[in-house]
Amino acid sequence: MNQKWPYWLGGGLLVAVIAAAIYFPALRQQVYKAKNITEKTAEQARRELLPVVPVTSGEPRVKASMYWGSASSDGTLVPVTIELPLSSDPTLRAKELLNTLLAGPVDPEARTLPPDAALLAFYILPDGTAVADFSEALATSIPSGIQSEQLAVASITRTLEANVPQVQRLRILIHGQEVDTLAGHLDLTQTFQVSMSTAGNAPSRSGVSVLTAPIQKAIDKMKRATKKQ
Amino acid sequence: MTLFRAQRKRIVAALPATLALTAPFLLATWSASSQAPSNPQTTTTETTPRTPPATQPAPPREAPSVGLNIVILDPAHGGTDLGARGTEGIRESEVVLQFATQVRRALEAQGFQVIQTREGNENPSFDDRSARANAQRGAVFITLHIASTGLAGTVRTYVMPESPALRDPSGLIPWDQAQLPFEPLSHKLGDMVQAELARRFKGSPDVAQMARIRQLRTTAAPAIAVEISSVSVENRADLDRMIPGVADAIAHGVAAFRPSYVVPVMPGTPLAVQP
Repeated sequence: MNQKWPYWLGGGLLVAVIAAAIYFPALRQQVYKAKNITEKTAEQARRELLPVVPVTSGEPRVKASMYWGSASSDGTLVPVTIELPLSSDPTLRAKELLNTLLAGPVDPEARTLPPDAALLAFYILPDGTAVADFSEALATSIPSGIQSEQLAVASITRTLEANVPQVQRLRILIHGQEVDTLAGHLDLTQTFQVSMSTAGNAPSRSGVSVLTAPIQKAIDKMKRATKKQ
Repeated sequence: MTLFRAQRKRIVAALPATLALTAPFLLATWSASSQAPSNPQTTTTETTPRTPPATQPAPPREAPSVGLNIVILDPAHGGTDLGARGTEGIRESEVVLQFATQVRRALEAQGFQVIQTREGNENPSFDDRSARANAQRGAVFITLHIASTGLAGTVRTYVMPESPALRDPSGLIPWDQAQLPFEPLSHKLGDMVQAELARRFKGSPDVAQMARIRQLRTTAAPAIAVEISSVSVENRADLDRMIPGVADAIAHGVAAFRPSYVVPVMPGTPLAVQP
C-alpha cells in the first residue's frame, strides 16, 4: 500500500495539468476582455445617469436648420438642413435640437461643440428667456480661444433662432452654475440675444440684457437640483 | 457671484467733481485729473467771509491732456492658466509674452508709454488687468491671445458688441459695464488695427469682429482683443515669424487711432474706484 503513493501523486498531478490546460484558454480570453474595457470617466458616468430626453419618434419629421462650422470658410457658421422628429412643445423641441447639435455634424471638422458635452436641463421662461444648463465638458473640452468659444455659442443661439421662435434670449449655465466665461474668453454672465424680433425691447446687436428676476429663480431652481444629485 | 459684483461697490465713476471730492474711497488719480474750480471747499470759503480762508483759493489748474498717450498691453493668461495648448507643446501664456515684448517696442517707437498687465508668469484676475487701464487717462487697452483654432497665419481683432447707452442719473458706471461708454471708440480702434493686420496677414478679416469678451467688459478705455491663429501650427517658428508683423500692425493701428481719441462725454472724469 505504502509503495503505491507515488502513483497516486503522479496521477493527481496529471489530472491537475490536464485541468489547467483545459482552463488556460478560457482564462486568457477573460484577461483579453478585461484589457479592452476602458475606465468610465466621470463625465460618461454622469451622462448615463441623466434622464433620457423624451422620445419624440411619434412626432412628424420636419426640416430643421442646424448651424455648424463651415468647412470652406474659417470661423463662420453655415445652416445645414436635416429632418428631425421635432415636438411641437418649444422646450422639448429645443432640447431635441440642442442634443442633435451636440451629437455633431457628419463632418467632424464642422463640429462646434465638444462631443462629450451634454445638455443637463433646459427651460423657457414666460418672457421668452431660455436657460440652458450644460455639463462641465462644454467648458473644459472646448478648444480655448475667442473664435472657438464664439462659434460654439453662436451655433446654439442661431439654431434656436431658426427653429424655436419662442426663444428670444438665452442664458447658459455650466452644471447648474453661473460662470464668468465659457473657457476663459467669452462672457457668460449675461443673456445672449436669440430672436431679432424683440430688438425693440432689447439690444439688437449685443445680445446683452440684464439678468431678470425670473431667470434668477430658474437658476436657483437648477442649483438646488444640482445639489440634490 | 459675478452677476452681483456691483453690489460689492466696485464701480467706475464718472462723478461730478463736487461729489467726487466728498467721496472717501476715491483713488489718488482724481487729484491729478480733477478740476479745481468746482472744488466745493473753495466755494465755501468764498461765500462765508466770517471765516477767512487760510490760503488764497488755488488758481485753476490746467486741464490735463486727454490725448492718447498710454497703451495698456495685456498678455492673456499666465501662471497656472496656460491658455491654449498646441500639440507641439506650444503654450499660449508663454507665446503672448513674447508677442507683448515686440508690440511694446513697436508702440514705444511710436511715442506711446506702455504698461503691461504682467511681465512674467503671473496670472492677474480679469478685474486686476482692467484696473490697470481704469486708473489711467488717455489710455487704450489691448489684450493679446493665441487661438486654438483658425486658419494658421491669420489674425483677428475683437471688440465688444454695441450695447444700449447707460442711463444712470447718478453718473456712476458699474464696474461690470465699464466698457459701455467706450464701445464706439473701441470699434474705431479695432477697425484701424484690423485694417493694418489684414494688409500684412492674408486671410484675416478686413474689419474687427464682435464678441462678448469678459476681459473687455470691465475695461474703462477703448479696448480690443487681438487673437492670432494658432497654437496648432506644426512649427513654433511659424508663430515667431508673425511677431514683427503683428507688432508693427498694432503700433500703426494705434497711431492712426490717436487723432480720433476723445474722452467720452460724461458728467465727470472716468475714474477707477475699487472697494
